[in-house]
Amino acid sequence: MEFKDYYQVMGVARDATEAQIKQAYRRLARKYHPDVSKEKDAEARFKELGEAYEVLKSPEKRAAYDQLGRGPRPGEDFRPPPDWGSGFEFSGAGDGATEREYSEFFESLFGAAARGAHRGRRGFDPRRGESGRGLDHHAKVILDLEATLQGGSRALTLRVPEINAEGHLISTERVLNVQIPKGILPGQTIRLAGQGAGGGPGAAGDLYIEVDFQPHPLYRPDGRDLYLDLPVAPWEAALGASVKTPTPGGLVDLKIPAGSRAGTKMRLKGRGIPAAAPGDLYVVLGIALPPATDEKAQAAYRAMADAFPFNPRAQLGVSQ
Amino acid sequence: MRSAQQALTGEIFEEHAVLSIDDLSRLCAVDRAYIVELVEEGVLSVTAAEAQEWRFAGTALRRARTALRLQRDLEVNLPGVALALELMEELDALRRELESLRR
Repeated sequence: MEFKDYYQVMGVARDATEAQIKQAYRRLARKYHPDVSKEKDAEARFKELGEAYEVLKSPEKRAAYDQLGRGPRPGEDFRPPPDWGSGFEFSGAGDGATEREYSEFFESLFGAAARGAHRGRRGFDPRRGESGRGLDHHAKVILDLEATLQGGSRALTLRVPEINAEGHLISTERVLNVQIPKGILPGQTIRLAGQGAGGGPGAAGDLYIEVDFQPHPLYRPDGRDLYLDLPVAPWEAALGASVKTPTPGGLVDLKIPAGSRAGTKMRLKGRGIPAAAPGDLYVVLGIALPPATDEKAQAAYRAMADAFPFNPRAQLGVSQ
Repeated sequence: MRSAQQALTGEIFEEHAVLSIDDLSRLCAVDRAYIVELVEEGVLSVTAAEAQEWRFAGTALRRARTALRLQRDLEVNLPGVALALELMEELDALRRELESLRR
């Protein structure tokens, strides 16, 4: 198993005071909190940080951890020494520990001891609520935009916390094939009745899957509306044209009115994210200039310059 | 590990759900008093009251759970959570706008 350098995770010195550790935790927790952070690996970083803080904030655990010395380098193979934990009394898990998931490293050092008190006291079974009904599970997935546009099923990989035979909290993978409801929006939740924990005497809990979307190469969602940037040639914008335009329902011929400018927004009603009142697709025009790489193209640009008494900077009060 | 070959069909929770305070406290695994505090702080809004009982829209679930996580993980008090949620929403809107302007 991997040795974890909790001091390095928290960015503090080995002789840091309790106050310094707390301060470092607060600062990093705000930075990597999955609800706040836009960093890619925020969730993993936040978990690691929580684990490091769990150990370093507790004088007993920190002392025990320090006794390991510097141990092997982070990432190297590690086994706890046989006399590990003797002479230290761990005062039990903090709040919410039953929900938290720890690394194998943490579990091997503090796992059973830290959670023993907690479970012993309440006879707590994480799969069952107080009423005997199975607990609801909550998960989060990131889908492609097509899932909401077309519907269809997706194989979702969820991690489920479970208590194993040794009393350790571990997470197992569960793959569910889920029909994605057409028209679901980011931040909304798919509820799967009876797919939470439990079964047995009480009814099983439900599974709540919060949905977010990956960025799409073409469409940018805003509520139920979609935005598409459509490049057109200068002559198409100036003279008007009918151009092939992708929409979620397939290619359409879009009529560009003569005299269109960059930034012109055209609305295709009802071609956004589906619903009883579907969103619209907004096509935003951009003017793409052909490069003047050969003699013929350069001549064409020169001819344009001759043809137009055009000052693009007139509004800046600058003459040509 | 369980797995299913046949696709499970769910519903969009926010579209149908009308939540009572008991539903919300069960779904968030907190007691009713905490939900009352969230309402008093303006983090959650009550959409209707049926026979003196509060009713919440389905979107309240996500908001309450986020508030709960912020409070637990960052040790922020409730007014702080309310402020953070408002600023995060504003930030989201600005990020979207910035993204569309950058294109």
